[in-house]
Amino acid sequence: MGAVTGPRDDDGVRAAVRQALSVSVATGLYAVSFGALAVAAGLDVPQTAALSLLMFSGGSQFAFVGILGAGGAGAAAIATAGLLGARNSLYGVRMAPLLGVSGWRRALAAHVTIDESTAVGTAQPTSAATRAGFWWTGVGIFVLWNAFTLVGALLGDRLGDPGRYGLDAAAPAAFLALVWPRLQGGAAGRTAGRTARRTAVVATLVALVLTPVVPAGLPVLAAAGVAIVVGWTGAGAGPESGERSGAGGAGPA
Amino acid sequence: MSPWAMTWLAILAASAVCFALKLLGHLVPEHWLADPRVARTAALVTVALLAALVGVQTLTTGHHLVLDARVPALLVAAGALALRAPFIVVVVAAAATAAVLRALGM
Repeated sequence: MGAVTGPRDDDGVRAAVRQALSVSVATGLYAVSFGALAVAAGLDVPQTAALSLLMFSGGSQFAFVGILGAGGAGAAAIATAGLLGARNSLYGVRMAPLLGVSGWRRALAAHVTIDESTAVGTAQPTSAATRAGFWWTGVGIFVLWNAFTLVGALLGDRLGDPGRYGLDAAAPAAFLALVWPRLQGGAAGRTAGRTARRTAVVATLVALVLTPVVPAGLPVLAAAGVAIVVGWTGAGAGPESGERSGAGGAGPA
Repeated sequence: MSPWAMTWLAILAASAVCFALKLLGHLVPEHWLADPRVARTAALVTVALLAALVGVQTLTTGHHLVLDARVPALLVAAGALALRAPFIVVVVAAAATAAVLRALGM
């Protein structure tokens, strides 16, 4: 790995890479079910592989083949994929200043900006570990997601439901583990932790209440709306809230 | 146009939309983010999105609220986190809980 400034930094980077690899394996395996589902929905193997290579956003991909498989219009499939992918814009806003890359690296960073890479990146205590966590998770999932998409597309349904192996519970458990330090406040202070906890609870309730009544993708986006209101108005922000912007300054000045 | 070509067209268009959305976030001018309110909001948005994903992935299937093996699995994960278990232990414990409960017929 590149330049390392001290033993503590080194430990942080190592821990980030370990998390990245666990998340990559758990997420990558899920692509088997995507590959199988896409072929069952009537796509051929190159089309299935192209979705994982080019779209590379799990939620969008599952929704896209689901709509085409149900005989839906291409326009509806495109719109839903976009709706589910919209939260990646918000992740990009968060990650760009922490990564500090430009040119083709920025395009590459954008392509691997997904739930998992953002979650692992923002869970790290130092900026070196943040970068290592983001890139190792993004690239690790990209490689495994595409490999296992092919496996699933070629094997079809023979591997069965990933739920049998509990993989559908691994994803939310991983996200909970990654958001956990933010909810404690960590370096940002106790008040910031309380604000984050309240925001998380309200955001989750909003998403759950909206799930039965609005199109897929909107409930989670609405949860972001809660955070925008809280963050912008400073609701629940105490005297320590200024330190939050200090945490944002972990990226290169 | 054949259905096969239509599918390809939809794949390329939807992929372009998804990539453009990802890139859009990365192209937000840095001085916009210098405002502490924006920095605080961007951090909170990530927390809210991930928390909502935890809820949606644990408690919903399609458009329905569902209580199944994922719920006890997530409780096991939360317990492991409270005990400061390592990340991989948290994830494996949750998956194993769901797998065992499903094998038992839940």
